[in-house]
Amino acid sequence: MPFGRAGILFILQSVSMKPEKRKSYSYRQIHTERFFKGSLVFISASILLVVLAIMFTLIVQSTPSLRSLGVGYLWGKTWDPVRDIYGALPFMLGTLLTSFLALIISIPFSFAVAIFLGEYFPEGWFSNFLKNAIELIAAVPSVIYGFWGLAVLVPMVRSLESAMGVSPVGYGIFSSALILAVMIIPYAASLGRSMIQMVPSALKEGAYSLGATRYEVIKSVILPYTKSGLLAGVLLSLGRALGETMAVTMVIGNTPLMPKNIFSTGNTMASVIANELGEADKVVYNSALIELGLVLFLVTVVINMVGKKIISRFTEE
Amino acid sequence: MKTLKFLSLAGLALIFSGSVLMTTGCGSGAGSKSDSSANKSGDDNSILGAGSSFDNPLFSKMFSEYNKNTGLIINYQSIGSGGGIKGLTDKTVDFGASDAVLSDDQAKTMGVPVIHVPVTAGAVVLSYNLPEVKDTLNLSPDVLAGIFMGTITKWNDARIAAINKGVKLPATDIQVVHRADASGTSNIFTTYLTKVNKDWETKVGKGSSVSWPVGLGGKGNEGVAGTVKQTPGAIGYIELAFAIQNNMPFAKMQNKAGNFITPSIASVTAAANIQIPDDAKVSLTNTDAADGYPISGLSWVLIYKEQKYNNRSADRAAKMVKLIQWMIHDGQQYGTPLFYAPLSQNAVNVGDALLKTVTYDGKPVLQ
Repeated sequence: MPFGRAGILFILQSVSMKPEKRKSYSYRQIHTERFFKGSLVFISASILLVVLAIMFTLIVQSTPSLRSLGVGYLWGKTWDPVRDIYGALPFMLGTLLTSFLALIISIPFSFAVAIFLGEYFPEGWFSNFLKNAIELIAAVPSVIYGFWGLAVLVPMVRSLESAMGVSPVGYGIFSSALILAVMIIPYAASLGRSMIQMVPSALKEGAYSLGATRYEVIKSVILPYTKSGLLAGVLLSLGRALGETMAVTMVIGNTPLMPKNIFSTGNTMASVIANELGEADKVVYNSALIELGLVLFLVTVVINMVGKKIISRFTEE
Repeated sequence: MKTLKFLSLAGLALIFSGSVLMTTGCGSGAGSKSDSSANKSGDDNSILGAGSSFDNPLFSKMFSEYNKNTGLIINYQSIGSGGGIKGLTDKTVDFGASDAVLSDDQAKTMGVPVIHVPVTAGAVVLSYNLPEVKDTLNLSPDVLAGIFMGTITKWNDARIAAINKGVKLPATDIQVVHRADASGTSNIFTTYLTKVNKDWETKVGKGSSVSWPVGLGGKGNEGVAGTVKQTPGAIGYIELAFAIQNNMPFAKMQNKAGNFITPSIASVTAAANIQIPDDAKVSLTNTDAADGYPISGLSWVLIYKEQKYNNRSADRAAKMVKLIQWMIHDGQQYGTPLFYAPLSQNAVNVGDALLKTVTYDGKPVLQ
């Protein structure tokens, strides 16, 4: 990439310079450079445009619901399409509960995998195999996770629930969080692994030469050095968990009620939209669902911003 | 170098998707009325339809048979009744199919008269998972409402036992299963409960998706059926055809006349054998017929009464009306093997009369 930047810089200079200088580049070269720069600008701008357009569409389409329901929409507990009463709180709670629970469950696994592959076994057939397996976890379509959850996880959670004395349903927030936890492991693990591999060996060797054990090296050299990368991976995982729809909708139980505990059934914002948008025939209903999309969008943005703040605070020292 | 290549590929992909977005964006913004494929007068040998997923297996069979006979291509999109109604409102399809009649709001949005032609009838059955119980369960309207309201929570509740004399009921918790997605099946089921139970009417009401007081949601018939099969003590409502094909046990329902009726093609046809009003907009739920299954419903094809809109040709209108006429007569034979109840004679007569009122530029389409 340095070639591109240098080239562009050169064109910028050459345009304002004297004619003798310009001779060293042919017209064709300059043309290519211009075209290349132009397309880069166009592509970057179009990404920005797409994000803004999505935001704009969401706001415009949720206006009817914003008007008729107001801000009470955010903490309303009832979702009743028959009476045209819509409150997003149960679904917001569902989304946040499943995502954060999944994150808590997945972090030990993803960090362990990252350290194992990054530090203990960076090479060899076994680590290659493990690396590919982790990447495969990310590549499996979410409906397959949903199906697996339905067939395997739900009955297991059901027997756990009857052993604990909770109503043995099996579906619910806990099952969804378990599925999500598996699905988001690769994001934090892959990023963490490449970060750990990038720790300069001089640092590690220095620590070893001072008599540190492997655990001590990981604890006092590698982890502090890679903190920001590990946290960024966690943030990436969280983003994935917040928006996941199919796998969650298959095991969460889809009830429009406030979740009482982590074993109760619930619903998430993404799953409600997917389930109900197709037949939302009333204006306010349709618009309330789109507003749910807007809320999900904003929740994701806020969590991302907060996460970035946390990362920068952690890494400034 | 590899990354550069990848980047340029990604860039290309973006440019393509961007331009596609822009063109479709413009299309729907400026010319959705005149641009939609249904109205291109150039291709009059294909008819577009959309709507009820309940009708889809039957329609697939009917349309492939009709295609063999006439060469007419019918493209039906099974996107749900609400989607079909939306499509017809936007005039992007020639006909919609729905398990519910248009609501007042929907009719107002359409602005012009729409006719409802009944094409088939189906039933919603209560399937349950009680391995201990070998007999078929009996359910009454009040017990059913109690279960779905959450006031009856155990299978050995006295109210269930009272209508199931001699059946040994287990003390397990009842797990209610309903549809998670909006659907015509839910609409028929909640319409029935609204008719037979005051409590349900005031607290929940009817619709393709309602605020369920208890239970868990499964996506689609297969979602509900899967959840019921898997969860001990579960009860859920699914379409009759689906329950028969999957060998699931289902309950006998007490009808208005007080008889406990096993859902079957015969008892659904019986339910539809009532006086059908001239506009065919009738709910079969809680039927008066003594041998009719009470949670039955008609499914309708919806078309505009005046077929001359958006440069549609007279030929296209005639082809479509003839297709629907065929569906309610010769097409009915394909219903029974697929577990759809054939229309009663009353319903066919009303459908015929309705199709005669369809006009093109003020003149009747059928002579």
